[in-house]
Amino acid sequence: MKLKTALLATALTSVGFAASAQELTVMSWGGAYTKSQVEAYHKPFTAATGVVVNSVDADNPATPIKAQVEAGNVSIDVADVEFSDAVRLCDEGLLEEIDTSILPAAPDGTSAEDDFIEGALQDCAVGNIVWSTVMAYNADNNPTAPDSIDDFFNTADFPGKRGLRKSAKATLEMALMGDGVPAGEVYDLLETDEGVDRAFAVLDRIKDDIVWWEAGAQPPQLLADGEVVMSTAYNGRIFNAAIAEGQPLEVVWDGQILDFDLWVIPKGAPNKEAAMDFVAFSTGTQPLADQASWISYGPARKSSGAMVGLYSDGKTEMAPHMPTAAANLSNALVNNFEFWVDQDAELNERFNAWLAN
Amino acid sequence: MTAADTNSTETLRTADGMPLKQALASAQARNRRRAFFLVLPLLLFILVTFVAPIAQLLLRSANNDGFVSTKDFDTNISTPIMTNLAQWFDENPKGAEIDESAYAALAADMVVLKEERAAGQAGTRINYELSGSRSLFTKTARRADKIEPPYKEAIIDIDEDWDDPKLWSVMRSASNAWTDSFYLSAIDRVRNVEGDVEMVNENRQIYVTLFKRTLFLSLLVTFFTFVLAYPVAHLLATLPLAKSNLLMIFVLLPFWTSLLVRTTSWMILLQSQGVVNDALVGMGILGDENRIQMMYNQTGTVIAMTHILLPFMILPLYSVMRPINPSYVRAARSLGATSWTAFRRIYFPQTVPGIAAGALLVFILAVGYYITPALVGGADGQLISNLIAFHMQKSLNWSLAAALAALLLAGILALYWVYDRLIGIDNLKLG
Repeated sequence: MKLKTALLATALTSVGFAASAQELTVMSWGGAYTKSQVEAYHKPFTAATGVVVNSVDADNPATPIKAQVEAGNVSIDVADVEFSDAVRLCDEGLLEEIDTSILPAAPDGTSAEDDFIEGALQDCAVGNIVWSTVMAYNADNNPTAPDSIDDFFNTADFPGKRGLRKSAKATLEMALMGDGVPAGEVYDLLETDEGVDRAFAVLDRIKDDIVWWEAGAQPPQLLADGEVVMSTAYNGRIFNAAIAEGQPLEVVWDGQILDFDLWVIPKGAPNKEAAMDFVAFSTGTQPLADQASWISYGPARKSSGAMVGLYSDGKTEMAPHMPTAAANLSNALVNNFEFWVDQDAELNERFNAWLAN
Repeated sequence: MTAADTNSTETLRTADGMPLKQALASAQARNRRRAFFLVLPLLLFILVTFVAPIAQLLLRSANNDGFVSTKDFDTNISTPIMTNLAQWFDENPKGAEIDESAYAALAADMVVLKEERAAGQAGTRINYELSGSRSLFTKTARRADKIEPPYKEAIIDIDEDWDDPKLWSVMRSASNAWTDSFYLSAIDRVRNVEGDVEMVNENRQIYVTLFKRTLFLSLLVTFFTFVLAYPVAHLLATLPLAKSNLLMIFVLLPFWTSLLVRTTSWMILLQSQGVVNDALVGMGILGDENRIQMMYNQTGTVIAMTHILLPFMILPLYSVMRPINPSYVRAARSLGATSWTAFRRIYFPQTVPGIAAGALLVFILAVGYYITPALVGGADGQLISNLIAFHMQKSLNWSLAAALAALLLAGILALYWVYDRLIGIDNLKLG
């Protein structure tokens, strides 16, 4: 977005001038998410080490990383990226490798490698949160409450418009799950032409009723305005709209798609040492648990799960709102980054062609 | 004696004995240099911040060394990769049998990929043209040390996709950094195993459709802005200055407002639970069930873009209409022309430079529009710029983004040339 890019450029320039040994620049996605990180990671880190953390935001931090490292002019020390980007940037040699031995053990002594959820530790990246793409609905606009992912694709019994993210990723998986495919078989099926055809056939059923969204802030807005009766959305955004803003929005956890966000350190980061310290500090058991009281994303460490307490309003219990809560995992899919890094080009072309025709 | 003879025998000299002509030339050169120094900062600024990045990005569209060398960003040293395979491709022409020596070269290169940690990069380059190749490379490189002769069997044993002739033809073309494959992708084409250009599978054809749609919607927006702007500009130009200045504020105010704000306002107005639909339902013109879908489709894109680009048409039109002397039209009328004839033969031709300027401005801006179609375009109101943004920001396939952008730029330059031929850039009046 032009405006954001302009703001970002300004922020980056000023950061570039201000950087010194006692500062660290951390890039994230903005909004309530960045706020949760500032409260749970940045402030305690500054208190503990004296290093001042500058927080900057981007639409997708992977893009400035690629541009800065390739241009040899890096101003970001640590960035929060999605799984497939972390893997891809690491492959292209744009990221520092992170030695997992710097990560602290859990309070009960479990080593970091055993404490993190499987897949959260990569060569160049350390997971911090688990977020999820879920189906959400407006309780005021649905006479019968939908309770499974099948209902999303069933406009006969649940009439009204649907919001979907304008991207092949997550959309195709949900379409298959909405057609009765168990989570465990989704990616095997999507690797075949028949599976992809089937997913598009399911989408065809509701194509005329879809409102496409691109930014994470859109689905709560679309739901609240009554523009759509149900929508896919990032669970944290729905939580924020429902709990913090009091909108009548509900989450259906059936068919949710789990994904990581991870810390990465770009090659040539100006404060590499401090960046490593920051990654180790912020992915400790306590900071990860603290972050969950600011936004409903699950911590990437198992030991943090038990310590998740109340939301910052002081009365909402966070545990049931976590995508990683046991009750929410009964039919959940973990995003297969390897599949998407491989199939991204072809499936997105097909998806865009399907959209345009 | 004539004047010419005087000049030839006795040249004019300055006080210090220098020929006058030479002195004048050197003084002028000095002035030009001074003037050049004045524009030098701007020139450097444009070169560094505008020309160089664009040139660099355009270079990516035809040059991608992902399968040729890998760069260590710590030391800035590039290491060649896939050298054995490149050599094999040099020695064996297209169509040669992929034999044991080819697989041996591949195995040797895999070892290098593993050492340099470049398997993902090389695989990504191939993956642009053949989906699934990236994991093929990372998987094989991971086991590179354990590949033993006979190489062909060993490698196919790791994954049978290595036997795919399509893969080998893509690797052959990628082993040269200079490539036309991104331009081919940008027009929905691909090279088959024999090296002939063919269309991609029907369900993946997208870019040509979008180029056409971008052209069509831009022309439509240009036409609508013209139809709306012409009377407004005429009114502004003919009213007394005090009143027209007041009205001009109404034109300029939205012009000064942020693009995002204007786009979002249109969303609030046009969405199916929005102001316009609510008003129509409230007045009983529409039933609650039949709300019109004016947003998240081409209609929304055209409405919002027409409004946003309107000032770019009004202002040039106004600037040519203001100085038109009203007595011309009066003279035509007094000579018996109907008001339509007077308009058609006297007034309208004088406004053509303004129309030309406005149309060019609006059209070029519309072709590159990105944020409005992204927000209100929905599925079928997307323009090519949205796909360029997609490849820049999401898929990170910058070579394809650059190729699409280059084609768009070339298309606009071609239109500009046609326009110059038909109307003439000299006739352009931007205000």
